[in-house]
Amino acid sequence: MNLAQLLYDLFFDYTLRTVALGSALLGIISGTLGAYAVLRKQSLLGDAISHAALPGIAVAFLLTGSKAPLALLIGAAIAGWLGTLLVNSVVRNTHIKDDSALGIVLAVFFGFGLVLLTYIQKHIPTATQAGLNKFLFGQAAALLERDVITMAIIGGIVLVLVGMFWKELKLLTFDREFAASQGFPTRALDILLTTLLVVAIVIGLQTVGVVLMSAMVVAPAAAARQWTDRLGRMIFLSATFGALAGVFGALLSSSVKNLPTGPTIVLCASTLVLISMLFAPNRGLLWGWFRRRQNRHKLHLDAQLHDLYTLALQHNDPEHAHSIVVLRAMAAGRGGVRHSLEELAKLGLARHHEPDSWSLTPKGYQVAQQRFNDPLSEGAVTI
Amino acid sequence: MSHSQIAAIEVTDLTVAYREKPVLWDIDLQVPSGVLMAIVGPNGAGKTTLMKAILGLVPPAAGQILINNRPYAEQRKLVGYVPQRGSVDWDFPTNVLDVVMMGRYGALGWLRRPGKRERDLAFEALEKVGMRDFADRQISQLSGGQQQRVFLARALVQDAQIYFMDEPFQGVDATTERAIVALLQELRAAGKTVVVVHHDLQTVPEYFDWVTLLNVRRIASGPVEEVFTEANLRLAYGGRVAFLNPPTEHSKPIVGAEPSHTANISTSTRPSEVAS
Repeated sequence: MNLAQLLYDLFFDYTLRTVALGSALLGIISGTLGAYAVLRKQSLLGDAISHAALPGIAVAFLLTGSKAPLALLIGAAIAGWLGTLLVNSVVRNTHIKDDSALGIVLAVFFGFGLVLLTYIQKHIPTATQAGLNKFLFGQAAALLERDVITMAIIGGIVLVLVGMFWKELKLLTFDREFAASQGFPTRALDILLTTLLVVAIVIGLQTVGVVLMSAMVVAPAAAARQWTDRLGRMIFLSATFGALAGVFGALLSSSVKNLPTGPTIVLCASTLVLISMLFAPNRGLLWGWFRRRQNRHKLHLDAQLHDLYTLALQHNDPEHAHSIVVLRAMAAGRGGVRHSLEELAKLGLARHHEPDSWSLTPKGYQVAQQRFNDPLSEGAVTI
Repeated sequence: MSHSQIAAIEVTDLTVAYREKPVLWDIDLQVPSGVLMAIVGPNGAGKTTLMKAILGLVPPAAGQILINNRPYAEQRKLVGYVPQRGSVDWDFPTNVLDVVMMGRYGALGWLRRPGKRERDLAFEALEKVGMRDFADRQISQLSGGQQQRVFLARALVQDAQIYFMDEPFQGVDATTERAIVALLQELRAAGKTVVVVHHDLQTVPEYFDWVTLLNVRRIASGPVEEVFTEANLRLAYGGRVAFLNPPTEHSKPIVGAEPSHTANISTSTRPSEVAS
């Protein structure tokens, strides 16, 4: 399938359009709520919620006998909620720390969910058609238009709530105790935020699956954080990244045979994280590497200038030239002596003499004098 | 110094326990309006917990707390709070001005967004703590002292009557320390009550006029010149206090507390003998 065809289908093919829209919606919602989860250092909570949702889906199916997504997802939401409640009460009432509590709850719920799923497949004849397995790794192709409409409505409500309580949620995330001291009900706001996170996760279960859904909570937010230092922009970017990952992942998996949707979407999101970690200004690795290199370069030039200055002082002659061998010995293992000298020469601070000797220029002598004799000036401390 | 008759803060029989361990035991406290009060005591004495219990952030096991004669919940608007600087993540994606404006959120109430008035107030407060030029600065780029001043500015925009500050002098540079002291004096001149969890015993007589000595129980509370005595300090710190100057009859005791100090003063007949 070529790109033009793919784009054409994206807008006019019912299945593809539905899948792309649904995946975009899930990306926007999980990206938004994921930003709060990441900033509240609750990235793992998403993992626990999504895994805890599995038994909810199975129980909902057993109770209602229905494979309608809404019924199953309500079951998922309730189970996800119970999971977080359990995590909280384990942390509060025992000496177990929250990372361990999350791990335990995640494993117990997920294991129970798998047991129920196996039972359902063995004992209930309609189960194969019910396709509960798709909740493990997600199946975007199974999305129907009415699912997308449900997602849009729920997602809209979630976003409106985030907008309405914008300043309260920001304050809660940044400084919980200060929020409490001002009279904001931090417990209730916690519950609101956790509930919204549960909803965001449950919305994505059909498409991405319980195993990998937490990546959609963490990845877009982690990527977005690299690019900006403002909360509003971070959340906007996070939602955008989520949507991009959703659409690209869904398109890829629908245009290549046997490519599962959930993992593909998650791989797209991870690619965005990778790109952000490498290339984002200020926080990106490349940026940091470049800055360190520049610093080292500056330090080398300073040190070289200082060596030349020391020699000039010793000989009481600002332009007394020394062989590069001497300068290399003075550098004591600091590499790139010739390069530094050439750079200094370019700046008009040093001068080359035949055969291979170097000295300061009068200007270089002045600069060195200023820099190294005044202990307060920048550069003196770098030697 | 003039203190009005109603207590700004009145704590009765306050007990706080974490699990079974009591952190504060049967605390009674009366802080008159308009004083600068230091809460001092050794590590683990419950200083921060006392402050948080008064602010309703820690549930008390027993006891009653009144602010200007009424329960705290009704008097929130009168109270400003400066938490410990280390209690938040300074890598949070926001800038200085935004953090300071957070001090207005309580007064704004639900749904209303901060606007021009809040910005103006925030700039005014930043001016007072000498941080106006940093308004647009991302908060992760601040030094410890600057972070502290941002927190103070945030409390200032609360426009409170009673301020609670948890270790504002902790790990700040000399400039910031002077700025905070100036601010405290300004607040006192404006008739505010300020309660400060404080670590440096040496500066207590200089910075404060009221002091509470705490070590799980209330050891003493009152005007500095009356209760900030060698005997009370020894009660609070269990003898691990190094006296720098032998206290005389007229001079206030000048002391330095050294929690890790091993010399046990109570074994010595005269405290001045172990002076360092």
